[in-house]
Amino acid sequence: MENNIHAFILIPLLGFILLALQNKKSERLISSITLLTMIVQLGLFFTATVLWFVQGRPIWEHADFTLYQHEDYSFVIDFYWDKVTWVYSGVGAFLVFLVSFYSKTYMHREEGYKRFFMNLTFFFIGFNIVVLAGNFETLFIGWEILGISSFLLIAFYRNRYLPVKNAVKVFSIYRIGDLGILLAMWLSHHFWHVNISFNELNHHELVAEHWTEQSAVGVAIALMILITAMAKSAQFPFSSWLPRAMEGPTPSSAIFYGSLAVHIGVFLLLRTAHFWEAQDIVRWIIGIVGLMTAGIATVIARVQGSIKSQIAYSSIAQIGLMFIELSLGWYDVVLIHFAGNAFLRTYQLLVSPSVVTYLIKEQFYHFTPREKTVEDSLPKKIEYSLYMLSLKEFNLDSFMYRYLWNPTKRLGARLSFIRHGWMWALAILALVISYVILKEGKEGEHYRHYFPYVFATIGILLVLKAFTERKLVFWSWGMIIMNHMMVAVAIMFNEQFTWDHVLLYLGGIVVAGAAGYYILGRLRSQGYPVDLDQFHGLSRSHGKLAFAFLLACLGLTGFPITTTFLGEDLIFSHIHEDQWLLALLTGISFILDGLAVIRIYARIFLGPHAESIFEMGYRSS
Amino acid sequence: MSQEKTGAVKFSEHEVLHELKHYLPAQAPLKDFVHHNTLHSFQDRKFEQALLEAFEIFGFKGNLTLREYRDLFKSGKIDVRILKEKIVSNFPDQKIEQVLDKMLNGKYPKSNSPRIGKLRSNWKRTFKIDLDSLVHPTLFRILSAYLDQGISIWNFPIIAGGFMASMREFEKNAYGSLFKSERVRALLLNEKTSLTEVLNILVGDEKWFEQYIFDQQFAHPGWSGIVSAIEDAPYSLLDERKVSLHDLVLFESLMEIDHLDQNFGQVWSPIAFKISEQPVHLFDPVHFKEISVILYTFHQAFEESYYQQVLTGLLETRKFSHESTKVPSFQALFCIDDRECSFRRYIEQLDPQCSTFGTPGFFGVEFYYKPANEKFYTKLCPAPVFPKYLIKEEGTSEYRKSEIHYQPASFGLVRGALLSMTYGFIAPFKLIKNLLSPEVSSATSLSFNHMDKGAKLTIECKNGEHENDLQIGFTVEEMAIRVENVLRSIGLVKDFAPLVYVVGHGASSTNNPHYAAYDCGACSGRAGSVNGRVLSFMANHIEVRKILATKGIHIPDETQFVGALHDTTRDEIDFYADYLNPKNIQLHATNMDVFNRALDFNSLERSRRFESVTDKSSAKHVHQQIRNRSVSLFEPRPELNHATNALCIVGRRGLTSQVFLDRRSFLNSYDYQIDPEGNYLFGILRAAAPVCGGINLEYYFSRVDNQKLGAGSKLPHNVMGLIGVANGTDGDLRPGLPSQMIEVHDPIRLLIIVEHYPEVVLKTIQRDESTYEWFKNEWVHLVAVHPEKNELYRFKDGQMHPMTLQEFEIMNDQHLSELLKTEMDNLPVIKLSTNGK
Repeated sequence: MENNIHAFILIPLLGFILLALQNKKSERLISSITLLTMIVQLGLFFTATVLWFVQGRPIWEHADFTLYQHEDYSFVIDFYWDKVTWVYSGVGAFLVFLVSFYSKTYMHREEGYKRFFMNLTFFFIGFNIVVLAGNFETLFIGWEILGISSFLLIAFYRNRYLPVKNAVKVFSIYRIGDLGILLAMWLSHHFWHVNISFNELNHHELVAEHWTEQSAVGVAIALMILITAMAKSAQFPFSSWLPRAMEGPTPSSAIFYGSLAVHIGVFLLLRTAHFWEAQDIVRWIIGIVGLMTAGIATVIARVQGSIKSQIAYSSIAQIGLMFIELSLGWYDVVLIHFAGNAFLRTYQLLVSPSVVTYLIKEQFYHFTPREKTVEDSLPKKIEYSLYMLSLKEFNLDSFMYRYLWNPTKRLGARLSFIRHGWMWALAILALVISYVILKEGKEGEHYRHYFPYVFATIGILLVLKAFTERKLVFWSWGMIIMNHMMVAVAIMFNEQFTWDHVLLYLGGIVVAGAAGYYILGRLRSQGYPVDLDQFHGLSRSHGKLAFAFLLACLGLTGFPITTTFLGEDLIFSHIHEDQWLLALLTGISFILDGLAVIRIYARIFLGPHAESIFEMGYRSS
Repeated sequence: MSQEKTGAVKFSEHEVLHELKHYLPAQAPLKDFVHHNTLHSFQDRKFEQALLEAFEIFGFKGNLTLREYRDLFKSGKIDVRILKEKIVSNFPDQKIEQVLDKMLNGKYPKSNSPRIGKLRSNWKRTFKIDLDSLVHPTLFRILSAYLDQGISIWNFPIIAGGFMASMREFEKNAYGSLFKSERVRALLLNEKTSLTEVLNILVGDEKWFEQYIFDQQFAHPGWSGIVSAIEDAPYSLLDERKVSLHDLVLFESLMEIDHLDQNFGQVWSPIAFKISEQPVHLFDPVHFKEISVILYTFHQAFEESYYQQVLTGLLETRKFSHESTKVPSFQALFCIDDRECSFRRYIEQLDPQCSTFGTPGFFGVEFYYKPANEKFYTKLCPAPVFPKYLIKEEGTSEYRKSEIHYQPASFGLVRGALLSMTYGFIAPFKLIKNLLSPEVSSATSLSFNHMDKGAKLTIECKNGEHENDLQIGFTVEEMAIRVENVLRSIGLVKDFAPLVYVVGHGASSTNNPHYAAYDCGACSGRAGSVNGRVLSFMANHIEVRKILATKGIHIPDETQFVGALHDTTRDEIDFYADYLNPKNIQLHATNMDVFNRALDFNSLERSRRFESVTDKSSAKHVHQQIRNRSVSLFEPRPELNHATNALCIVGRRGLTSQVFLDRRSFLNSYDYQIDPEGNYLFGILRAAAPVCGGINLEYYFSRVDNQKLGAGSKLPHNVMGLIGVANGTDGDLRPGLPSQMIEVHDPIRLLIIVEHYPEVVLKTIQRDESTYEWFKNEWVHLVAVHPEKNELYRFKDGQMHPMTLQEFEIMNDQHLSELLKTEMDNLPVIKLSTNGK
């Protein structure tokens, strides 16, 4: 079994490929393939469970293959199985099976039947990669898949305004998580001097020693991981994305935001326990985050007037408790709590439409006009204030805007005095100057170490402009590509970054970038006013093109379908451990890249269609 | 609507709000779902004119798309001869062939942007501020918390005094403020702040006030509509709230000013001063464009093609003399509901000696009902009626199971943790159980639970007892009047069979917030079991029968009336017959068998529309699969409700008994001979036009514009405060019908067919202005069938015109049973030969 753990990924992958080949009208075939996939997966899980118990529950690890090897850098696809994996993959397989079964009939005749099941399977692949990953690199592949499939499922009703808006919103929170994990990977690489696997941490004799020697870096790694976990598990202050993610069909909300996706943060902390459990300060922080979330989310849940947001906040509160349990080291309790909470919330969400039947009937029997609640014993002033604060979700949603996105946008807007052309000119000028300086020989070498920062900064400026561009999609797209170039140049100056690395990194970018240009050009030639001013919803009339453009977008964001993904990872390995600023600049520019690209995709292909030949909902619906 | 077109409009708060209320969706909270004409506000205009205005002003689509009509034409559902007729009358000075070519191949501009929202869009265009996305989320949250009927655990702390008073109370007594701007705070706290004052700041020019309010409220018609509905009928909430449209507009405007102040400081110019392009006044006259004429020409031809087929079928198969010397084996009264059509057909097939009748399913008895152990009254008659009577259920031992996963405990912190670690592991097995073998659960709304079979009902009022101004039960005289009215209106005044069934209907569905929409509309969205029992009790009452005898209705002593309930989803029937005499017990047993077999066949016929019913080996087998639908958690289409309804036939059964109408017709029994003056007919039409017409038009508009006039797909719906559904957690409420209910519906206006002399029919519909409006403005169509001759008269422009039909070949029923198994689409009109009569 140990050598075949990858079957857990191959089965859903096979199902996904089979699904892709089906006609979107053949519902029966689509649901059968999905169900069969899930049943086989469940069978595999039970087989693995039996074998694992028979063998005395050892840790299984299998390094599948090396994707790339260069000096001390290696990208190994590595799988790992322990108790945590067992619980997560079991609960996942079981719930996805139930939800597929449920959706088989529930989704009948819905536009996007095939899209739904493909998304579900795609998500499941990502989920399995994450829970079975044996090292950060493998985990990150799954991580990216989770992010994209979440985005696509929230925006399942892609021609309405709110789902698309909320999908972009949730995606942006996820990107914060991605930043955390990228930086954690970078630090960890330098910390251990190799791409360490999770299993090695179990045996590493030097683990404890390492921590004490470089505790600042250790704490930094742990905090990066924690931020990622908090974002993904909707902990304070990121909580408000979870109810807003409930835009898709009820079963998808149940499986993603009721159970599996939202517990991935907890998984990450369990998986990386070795990184933080020896550090009391981090444990305290985890506990405090959990405590605050549990308290705040509980009060917010109490005032919710809509059933799905009530369930969402209750679930967040429970995850807050799990964080506390984590900080106390009660890992087994966490696992039980996770499974129970996932089951309960999935069930509650699936039956949530019946709450009217049940509660109205209940009221007919037991109505008392005003039931006393705990809060009534509070002084009036505090009671009212707390109520309003909870109703406004402690302003968490506007908090993200006020302190994160609005400043970013304002910064971008400040740059509006710089014309696009100048931006390019600046980039090229910087290249020429640096070339000239280097030509000077020794004199030039003196300045060399400033170059990476200069170029990384230009990169950030470019992507900021791309992100905040209100109209011109071609410029925006171009600046994203240019940003990648700048990052590559920055790293080339930083260290011996060979041309084949550059090729690896930029290869995907060039292909995806060109494809994107081609698609946008085609739309423009067909007379569509492609700009970023508003949503155009062209996926409705150009389904295939939308899919192709999505692939281009994924390529451009370094999604693991092109070599750029490897390149991105490589780039970080070329940033020295004392170059915090450079790592941060590069990280931020990747994150903004992703956001800018997704924004372009959303604006052009999602939202209400530009022409009103199609029925159009209210913007507020 | 204020008709003034010029600038000198005086703003009157009261008038404008009244106007606005008129145009907003008028849907009650979910538990009281009652169908109504979605575009009721346009009903004072002719249908075509109304559709045009609704489209130009509000962007509501009133027709299918051009492509859909072209497809219908290609498939033959639009008859070419009729289409040409319509072209002649709608394009009087153009050549038929030319118009036809345009209709089939012409290209028309695709874009249209309605007038609504144009004024307010200047915020975005000129001020670069998206007020909606700043204001809506908070506004919706506050409204939903304030109106919530029981989802939240910690309720809105202050409700006394109404919405505005509550918000003031908050502002006075909480730390911090709802608003950032000081002047907005002051405006809120000042109880005398008027709408005009606030609009002066916001809009600045009185002539735009009305339009601004319309723009603002139609950015979220769902919430505005429910606020307006609750303002008018606060009793529709169990936990009552005082809220008004005025409060909503005022509060929302304050929120807008607050955001504008935050963005621009206190000095910014009102929107009217910065209008970049002058928007058209909302209610300025609209003009027909060629495309709109083409669409309605297509539409009229589509309707007419169906109508003429039906009328041909009726004329070819009708039986004039329904007189038979024999007393029927039994008689059964059903609701006029289109879902009872096929059930009646099968009963008559299985027992050709019986006879069935249709009448609105509250059976002429109007009252409030109070189930035992419950705390509220439920209205059991059409929604616009306000009864003076109360009927109580007594002596039931009904036990109600409570479910953990709906309880507040599961949302708490500590108890939530304990529950998730214990109950959480049971939950998936409950789910699996429902997935594999669904059965009735707490998530089910079951029609038979409406009334406990064993309980007593307080139907007779002996001592004039009252409760809350309602008389408990009816006096003998009151009963006699009601029984007589019902019997006369359906033409059942002699030849009473030993058993007369009064069959109400209800529906059962699971995991369905719109459950009330599936029940009997004539009982305000409840099951009709109590009404069936009540009418039976009255008609069985000895004193009542004595009074009836004096009026010429002699009910033999051995005749017994029996109440019953037909569950249209599960196709099950239950009788309330514990008082039968020995002879009738035997007869009843035989009849029950007929009913039950008919139900099997009925479910088989229904199953043709359900793709998931694959095993059609036997009717019984299909029936089981049909039953499962009603209790499956994951079945968004437990039944198709009124989908495909298109007809309402008022006349003797002989007119319809030989024709297959595919469950598309409301059937109201009526005998013109008993009612030469049309008095009962008046009662029937006064109810049928708004009730059946309302159902028909709600389906119509939800079908043609499911996004704006319907509720969209129900799959992402989220229940808000138990009063409505929204998409996700930030969305506006979605009134109207979800797409799953209307997707098979052919949008066709109701054709009312009355069997009576045309002059009587004409006089009858003109008796009451509000009823006449339906016909006059063509929101429903009307045809009179001459009771003695095969002649038809069509109502048009205030007169009955003799009507000639195109020739249609009507199929016979040779392949009907095969079609019922294989065909999923609407079936054509078919002649029946099997009915023995």
